[in-house]
Amino acid sequence: MSEQTITVDIWRGREDGRFQTFEVPRMASQTVLDVVTYVQRNLDPGLSYRFACRVGVCGSCAMTVNGKPRWTCRTHVDKVAGDATGGRLKIQPLRNLPVIRDLAVDMAEFFEKWTQAKAHFVPTKTRDDDFQQVSPDDPQRKEATAGIECINCGVCYAGCDTVAGLASYLGPAALNRAWTLVNDVRDGGQADRLKAISGVGGCQSCHTQQTCFELCPKHLNPTAAIAGLKRATVKALIKGDL
Amino acid sequence: MTPAKAETLEWLVQRVTAAILAVCVVVHLAVIVIAVQGGVTAAEIVGRVAGSVPWLLFYSVFVIAVALHAPAGLRNILRETTNLGKRQTHWIMALVCGVILVMGFRAVIGLYGLEA
Repeated sequence: MSEQTITVDIWRGREDGRFQTFEVPRMASQTVLDVVTYVQRNLDPGLSYRFACRVGVCGSCAMTVNGKPRWTCRTHVDKVAGDATGGRLKIQPLRNLPVIRDLAVDMAEFFEKWTQAKAHFVPTKTRDDDFQQVSPDDPQRKEATAGIECINCGVCYAGCDTVAGLASYLGPAALNRAWTLVNDVRDGGQADRLKAISGVGGCQSCHTQQTCFELCPKHLNPTAAIAGLKRATVKALIKGDL
Repeated sequence: MTPAKAETLEWLVQRVTAAILAVCVVVHLAVIVIAVQGGVTAAEIVGRVAGSVPWLLFYSVFVIAVALHAPAGLRNILRETTNLGKRQTHWIMALVCGVILVMGFRAVIGLYGLEA
């Protein structure tokens, strides 16, 4: 890399693709997404990748950057292309998901598992009922609040070795969402949800390696959420609700 | 039994036996460290465990905990590293459990029954 440019190796094609090398001008406060966007707009318009908001809200721009899954719009080049990487960037699609082309992966399986985990709110009240009072200090509400800011970027799913080894594993994101709902007093789908997240590939398959916790760009702790689910399923088992 | 129940029960058994094994292994290592001080001999081992009901109970619990704990972990490894189906891993688990129980109790009861 010269002082004015950075060398970037970008994955091209599907699973059986190859790296293509580009030289991209360096700029102050440049993000990895800026680099990919520069390549697509100036060097190779055929480059496929996915992004939307560019400010860390939508969760669509996650890629593997120098070996680790990251949200590229909030990842500064300065932070990831240091001396340890020879000042280079290596950008690949997310792991554990089928590659559509270049840096775009098929997220269908990720969201299907969200559905399998019954990680959706099941209302119990009608418009005629009064508002449910939930104190922010309530211990259950605190558990839900701790995990609620997930942006579905798939970084935890791509980083999880259990997902890599066990195809049916629901993954940290879906289980984290399920845990926020287990702690939602307004929700009416608890029994079905605990059954859905307890089978083969459910919360018990987690090895507590905490990669999801380490990598989550929103600093959530899916491992703690999964530990909570394990306790909840044991309680349900003892009560005969599973 | 539904898969949800079976999976949760297996996880619970694995965790409970892990807690039991943590204590058993500490006792086991302590006995080894103490026993080797004067040099280990067959007579010394037989003198300690033969006819001893407390040691019989301790090693029986130890063997049962291992027989339940190890197959559960082995099944997780098989699931993640092989393409074996549910039925196959189930039978491998049952076989490993049986082998540990038979070999373990053969040793435990054998030593208990020896003349001190």
